[in-house]
Amino acid sequence: MPTSFFTGTDYALSLPMILLSLFGLGVLIIDLMLPAEWKRWNAITALIGLGFSTAAVMRIQLGHFADGRPLVGSFAYLSNVGGQVVGSVLMDGFSIYFFYLFLLGAAIAILMSAHYLEIEHEHHGEFYALILFSVVGMMCMASGYDLVLLFIGLELMAISTYVLVGFLRRDKRSNEAALKYLLLGAFSSGIFAYGLSLLYGLSGSTNLQVIAQALQRHYSANPKDPIAIVAMITTATGLLFKVAAVPFHQWAPDAYEGAPTSVTGYMSVAVKSAAWAMLLRIFLWGLYPLRPVYLPLLVFVSVATMTVGNFAALSQNNLKRLLAYSSISHVGYMLLGLIASDNITNKTGIQGILVYLLVYTFMNLGAFAVVTSLRRRDIIGDEIDDIAGLYSKAPTEAVLMLLFLLSLAGIPPLAGFYGKYFIFLSLIQTQHYVLASLAVLYAVLGLYYYMRIGSAMFMRPATDPEPVAISPGMQVALAVTAIGTVGIGILPEFFIRAAGWSLGIQQAGTSLLGFLR
Amino acid sequence: MPQNYVPIFLFVAVVAIAIPATLMIGKLVRPNNPEKAKLMPYECGIDPVDNARGRYTVRFYIVAILFVVFDVETIFLFPWAVQYRALGLFGLVEMLVFLAILIVGYVWIWKKGALEWV
Repeated sequence: MPTSFFTGTDYALSLPMILLSLFGLGVLIIDLMLPAEWKRWNAITALIGLGFSTAAVMRIQLGHFADGRPLVGSFAYLSNVGGQVVGSVLMDGFSIYFFYLFLLGAAIAILMSAHYLEIEHEHHGEFYALILFSVVGMMCMASGYDLVLLFIGLELMAISTYVLVGFLRRDKRSNEAALKYLLLGAFSSGIFAYGLSLLYGLSGSTNLQVIAQALQRHYSANPKDPIAIVAMITTATGLLFKVAAVPFHQWAPDAYEGAPTSVTGYMSVAVKSAAWAMLLRIFLWGLYPLRPVYLPLLVFVSVATMTVGNFAALSQNNLKRLLAYSSISHVGYMLLGLIASDNITNKTGIQGILVYLLVYTFMNLGAFAVVTSLRRRDIIGDEIDDIAGLYSKAPTEAVLMLLFLLSLAGIPPLAGFYGKYFIFLSLIQTQHYVLASLAVLYAVLGLYYYMRIGSAMFMRPATDPEPVAISPGMQVALAVTAIGTVGIGILPEFFIRAAGWSLGIQQAGTSLLGFLR
Repeated sequence: MPQNYVPIFLFVAVVAIAIPATLMIGKLVRPNNPEKAKLMPYECGIDPVDNARGRYTVRFYIVAILFVVFDVETIFLFPWAVQYRALGLFGLVEMLVFLAILIVGYVWIWKKGALEWV
């Protein structure tokens, strides 16, 4: 029995999560004392909490991580594998990169939400508490190196998100979306847990490193072992469900359409990034020895995802459904990066996925921010007809929306181009020419449905003359996302370096600590 | 190891013999005197067949969920109490953190009025 369960390192590593939990609980209690017209203070408290958490992440990055070696946190569980200490938490550049991504997504989502929730008459402090709790879950997913911690993080995030999706209690669509998301989410978590239990059965440990070593022995002894393959497939099913890849995508359009618009934006970036973090962690660390087995599966899934996502988006008339299908197709592109590179011989694809998730956070949240601002007392504002003639009503917003859409389509001077560029580059580096050509063709198809929104905004007359009111929080959210979308497009080097740093890629001309010093 | 399954097969065989035997012997020994109330599935006065769309108040669900939350709290407290000495100060602090989080939730549901039966 170890004498100390929770060491100083553990404390430092979990400080971002501890702070977020404290602020989440604080928001719950403060909310009870606030009168109805002061509910905005909940948003401010939550933003302060995110700020403190960011500072704690920086403290890990600069203070404890200065020599660039991954930190192992025990979290009351340590074991010794072949002279190497493994714990429940692996704090490397990968985790820190995703921590920043989650905090950024949550902050922008909170800025978008305050005014929107007032319009919906559902402005409660629980909203912000749930967002903070879900970020804690995401952090466990990104830094977890143990199946138990990963699963607890996943459930913490998912349960918070189920409630957020159904947050508009009086809206039947919101309730329906929450119920569908809950049932399918619980089902997929069950399959995922089944896969994890098989992995535990194969290796006798819940640690990803031990699992990788056991699978390596297993695979070299018997490459067609059915138990290992079933374990891999069930685990992959759970993970692919969470990132909404075809054929496990059916929940996404319904949940995205019914959820409050700001929550849809949050789900499509932060929740998706967290699912990606866990998927990459499990596929590249734990299940890496089974790579020859899962590669054909991923090729099928990514081609199916791009096909279904792009073709289904063509005929959508609801903005949120359209963006939901577009986000499914983006998952297809990102999966190509995982097919092309394995993070050992070729890191370009994984770097591309990280850059993609970062630029996607900016451009997709920006697009959802514009859709959110269309909501008024009497108009739901999520049909293409509602955005028609936006240019004559709110020219700045219409131009920003066009920027976000062009970036989503991957037009060069904007951020979205760099996400796709690295994915396609990694495909060409690894001689996947057919997949690369297919992805480029689908990217062209994407331009059509994004420009349908564009033409509605600029070419069609407005259906109602009432001007669009933009709250101060929304202005900040739009400014941040627009600066991110254009800024990464014009000066991409810093962000590409950041993604490279997080994967431990040695870069010429910079110190290992990359992007902060 | 197939021989590990021998006890399980023995168990299945015992069950397959014992249960029909008890039922049969009971049928031979007991007096047979049926009446309407005795033939109902539950002999406690509740009508077993009812309208499936019958309504009852949603507060039952809230009480049930709250019960489960605090029930699970106790489940976590028991193993800690058993291993109190081994876990030491760390266990105590950890349990206090756990209880503090639950108390915040308790205050919250109290103030929200979930405990009031009105």
